Amino acid sequence: MLGIIIGVASVITMLAIGQGSKKSIQAQISEMGSNMIMIQPGAGMMGGVRQSSSDMQSLKLEDYYSILNKTKYIGDCSPSVNSNGQFISGGNNYPSSISGVNPEYLSIRKLTIDHGNIFSNQQVASAAKVCIVGKTIIKNLFPNGDDPLGKIIRFNKIPFTIIGTLKEKGYNSMGMDQDNIVLAPYTTIQKRVLAITYIQGIFASALSEDVTTKATSEIETLLRENHKLKATDQDDFNVRSQQELSTMLTSTTDILTILLACIAGISLLVGGIGIMNIMYVSVTERTREIGLRMSIGAKGSDILSQFLIEAILISFTGGIIGILIGIGASFLIKFGIKWPISIQPYSVLLSFVVCTITGVFFGWYPAKKASELDPIEAIRYE
Amino acid sequence: MNKSIIRLENMKRNFQVGDETVHALRGISFSINEGEFVSIMGTSGSGKSTLLNLLGCLDTPTGGEYFLDDIAVSSMNKNQRSTLRNRKIGFVFQSYNLLPKTTALENVELPLQYNPDYSSKERREKATKALDDVGLSDRLYHKSNQMSGGQMQRVAIARALVNDPVLILADEATGNLDTRTAYEIMVLFQELHQKGRTIIFVTHNPELAAFTSRNIVLRDGRIIKDEANGKIESAKIMLENLPKQED
Repeated sequence: MLGIIIGVASVITMLAIGQGSKKSIQAQISEMGSNMIMIQPGAGMMGGVRQSSSDMQSLKLEDYYSILNKTKYIGDCSPSVNSNGQFISGGNNYPSSISGVNPEYLSIRKLTIDHGNIFSNQQVASAAKVCIVGKTIIKNLFPNGDDPLGKIIRFNKIPFTIIGTLKEKGYNSMGMDQDNIVLAPYTTIQKRVLAITYIQGIFASALSEDVTTKATSEIETLLRENHKLKATDQDDFNVRSQQELSTMLTSTTDILTILLACIAGISLLVGGIGIMNIMYVSVTERTREIGLRMSIGAKGSDILSQFLIEAILISFTGGIIGILIGIGASFLIKFGIKWPISIQPYSVLLSFVVCTITGVFFGWYPAKKASELDPIEAIRYE
Repeated sequence: MNKSIIRLENMKRNFQVGDETVHALRGISFSINEGEFVSIMGTSGSGKSTLLNLLGCLDTPTGGEYFLDDIAVSSMNKNQRSTLRNRKIGFVFQSYNLLPKTTALENVELPLQYNPDYSSKERREKATKALDDVGLSDRLYHKSNQMSGGQMQRVAIARALVNDPVLILADEATGNLDTRTAYEIMVLFQELHQKGRTIIFVTHNPELAAFTSRNIVLRDGRIIKDEANGKIESAKIMLENLPKQED
């Protein structure tokens, strides 16, 4: 029974640690926004002069609405308009840019609110003059450490009330300061700052990393349809996903899956061999008992059913105790040394099934051998 | 008194060892009537273990026929012999062969477990009665490893009695015991004999043969002596004549 308990418990714990590590690595990579999709107007030609993509007006709010409503693989979606300028607060000023977005932008870019709130959809609808700011902006506009919440900052003479601050994110891999950011409702930027009706870009997130490619082609088809492009026409927009990141994620996931399979296989093998030995030895040791039982009238089938029932009972109780200990040990690891763990139902089932089958078989097999012996031989077995 | 329990007709048993055939029993015939207390003696290699296995239906003869309680055994298959052993024979082994870590009562109940005619209540009653018969009524719930050799052998005898066998087969039943305990066990066997039990006692110790009512001696697979014991000694008196133990 001890063998089965240890076998089941160790397999479950190993798999829990493996799964936990895999999940946390995956989560860290997707934290970088590997499912993010950016849509920008294409750099088209105007009278023979190639235009900068931000001057193009090919993306409209209708495109945003159709992506929002007609796609299968898109989770969040936000329009985006930008303006550069100087922020002023009292005697301090700082040059930066303001992004007009909707509240979903936060989850697309994996940004989190530190204090305060994101603006509501109502504030978006009413083009409210509110904003949320990143750490770099706070540092430069409020060097005295004042609480920025509720303060008013001016951008190109337009006052914005700060209603939230963003958690620090640091620099990204390109060396860009991700905390130098001001977010406001896109309607406010469109109407009050830029006075435009088109949008400069759309940010979207695929439902998961796996469907990013599908989501990309879905958007491309949809936009070509919206823009009434003929089959021979070039796209007047660009859809970009984080190719590099998602490739990295897939290959890491693949490697981790193989690693996990190895861990599971080896621990099942080791557990199985342990169980096999213990059951085999303990039943073989009882050959004399089997001989005695047969000489006082037990039939071979009596012996077999007795040992089979015993093996099943031992394996099942052992297996269940093993599951409890395995789960307990996993949580101990989780809270004791703060290791990420994740107990999957399949790993519990797998270890239980493999260990109990091994246990039952190696409890039954030596009993079968012994019951086939002559009682005379079995009773003299040393 | 004259009902024949065992009838052997020219029984032979050969073993194949490599290319050689070993003739363990070369044609043995005798019959044992109800109520006899027979000792079977012989040196090692005389074939007495083989004979015992055949008498106990643990083995089948190569030739001849064996009737136990008028049932022909040699044509039976394994399961039929198991059932026959369960109903007709009680075994007492030299090394007791009790289940370890099991109470005396459970050990004695064991043969009845393989007989579906008994309910668990009847099993318990019969086992208690059998242990009472061998003088262990105060040790029903002792585990087998908490008992002395003599007590363990008594439990084994109770186990042999519990199924009301027509025949009790004892294989060197006193072989592992000291003289005093051995005599105590012999007293028990003689009491059982007086109650009308048929007992076959296999031993290589001629001293013990004096307590039985009939002596059969084997040599090289043949019976060389088969005679009634005219002067049965009482194990009880022998026990009393033993020098007193110091404690």
